Amino acid sequence: MAATPQSAGEIGPRGERLGSLYYNTRKVASALNPRFYFSLIVMLLIIGFAIFGPIILGRDDPLITVGGLYDSPSREAWLGTDNFGRDVFTQLMYGTRTSLLIGFLAGIVATAIGLVIGTVAGFRGGNTEEGLMAITNVMLTIPSIVILILISLALNNRSLIVMGFIIGVVSWPWTARAVRAQTSSLKMREHVDIARLAGAGTLQIIVWEIIPFMLSYVVMAFVLQLSAGILQEATLSMLGLGPSDTVSLGIMLQWALLWESVRTGAWWAFVPPALLLTLIAFSLLLLQASIDEIFNPRLRRS
Amino acid sequence: MTPFQRYLVTKTIWFLIAFAVALVANFLLIRLIPGNPVDAIMAQLAAGGSATGEAMKNIYESYMAEFGLDKPLWQQFFIYLGNLARGDLGVSFARSPARVQELILQSLWWTLALQLPAILIGWIVGNVLGALSAYRKGWLDKTVFPVSLFISAMPFYCLSIILLFVFAVYWKLFPSGGGYGYDMNPALNWAFVSSAAQHYVLPFLSLVLVFIGGQAVGMRAMSIYELDADYVRYSRGLGVNDNNIVRYIFRNAMLPQVTGLALSIGFMVSGALITEIVFSYPGLGTLLFASIRLNDYSVVQGITLIIMIMVLIANFAVEIAYGFIDPRIRAATTGER
Repeated sequence: MAATPQSAGEIGPRGERLGSLYYNTRKVASALNPRFYFSLIVMLLIIGFAIFGPIILGRDDPLITVGGLYDSPSREAWLGTDNFGRDVFTQLMYGTRTSLLIGFLAGIVATAIGLVIGTVAGFRGGNTEEGLMAITNVMLTIPSIVILILISLALNNRSLIVMGFIIGVVSWPWTARAVRAQTSSLKMREHVDIARLAGAGTLQIIVWEIIPFMLSYVVMAFVLQLSAGILQEATLSMLGLGPSDTVSLGIMLQWALLWESVRTGAWWAFVPPALLLTLIAFSLLLLQASIDEIFNPRLRRS
Repeated sequence: MTPFQRYLVTKTIWFLIAFAVALVANFLLIRLIPGNPVDAIMAQLAAGGSATGEAMKNIYESYMAEFGLDKPLWQQFFIYLGNLARGDLGVSFARSPARVQELILQSLWWTLALQLPAILIGWIVGNVLGALSAYRKGWLDKTVFPVSLFISAMPFYCLSIILLFVFAVYWKLFPSGGGYGYDMNPALNWAFVSSAAQHYVLPFLSLVLVFIGGQAVGMRAMSIYELDADYVRYSRGLGVNDNNIVRYIFRNAMLPQVTGLALSIGFMVSGALITEIVFSYPGLGTLLFASIRLNDYSVVQGITLIIMIMVLIANFAVEIAYGFIDPRIRAATTGER
């Protein structure tokens, strides 16, 4: 875990904050379940595969031709070749890297926007809350994929950063809603009143007295946003609106469909990316559910 | 006004606001394309040499006239609204002289016939399964929960691709694509209907399985919360019949599930569009895919508008249904929207 017993035991100027962190750490340690370890290890393995795989194996370009059309798996190309004779295994490593990066960026952007809007709405209340939640609810009802399609059409050159950013910008409302609900209940707590009496400003209270107490929710929201971002990118890529000049898991699937690998039986071109996407989404969901169980004893069952 | 009427009015106003935002977004976002969409498509047509000079001139002029692209933005917006009010979405860039609304109408029915039953059946089966596995625990819970979690985490298209490969390519039990046999024309006869039914199975299965999984996971979590609630303990203490307790639990746990349905319709629809592409099913998703590849902006814009409207209407319908089944709304309006 991130906090060692020594550092968590320290009592800082804001004693109760560290205390609660310490309490949470102990709770986490006692409740860590096999699901949590399983999903964490799977995710770390996938991240390692994407980052270190190409370096260790010395594959520096996923887009060079190494064989013919849909060569079957062999000693040289472990997972065969795709429609342009490129190595599927190399593409898989780079594709995972692209998908994870875009998802990560989208998750950060969505969580940050959602956190700001949710805490401000929940803490301020009144007209600010009404207004911000109105925007959030309207954004929630309009399907984000449609907005993403229209924006992507307008962008001729879609870099990883741009893709991650636009996906994040359309997916924050979920986080904002959850954060607002948490903030509204947290702001009634005594320690917030004490901070207010001590003369703390709004920003100070939100950063020090509210956000630390819902960190577990924020982490869960981030994990969900990360997974949703990866899937959104794959959806866009399959529609032909993915990142340009690179390969992602969704783009691999799009090539496989366009070049009829499914109907010609070249399973190596589409089964690996499909399984890897599923594995990423599954382990992120499991990670989120197990974090939920750790912090929410009511979900734990004997 | 009774609280229930107030609820209806509030929801209707929200629906109208969201509808207006959708219209404006659809109008503005397509204009983000550098220059304007007509110039962009003209440049591509000229480069590809796929349209003759005469045809290009016709498309160009009809578009400039219909959308008034040389006029200021606010005038364009009113022209756009006027066209919409007449049900006219303009002419297709790539398939001129076909009108966009004709192309969309041809595919819309296929999409509706695929998605509506899948969402409804998936919702009902998933919720029953989730509540049962929470209540019965034991082996049912041990199998239903992990399987549902895995399937619901699976992106629609991944399940579709795998089903397509296993059942259509490897075992050849079902046709591998399209909405009906290649040698047929849509008609109401036995041969066509049975061919359409065969083509329906795999896309329907891949949608409904994912819906069932997602709903079961949600319902299980909700039911576990409810099982622990004071009223359950109290009823048990009073010796209330087990079946009645399950009924209370189900009714209480179902409300958040209805809200969840409203909120997730957008995701379901976007996933279902890709499923259509995998199976080359003749619905909106396949049309959208083809139009993006052809840079047929007018058709893309028409489809995005139709999808937004469908999702908004589905959402509205679910919210109204929620008003009918939630006793608290009949009793008083609650603060949380």
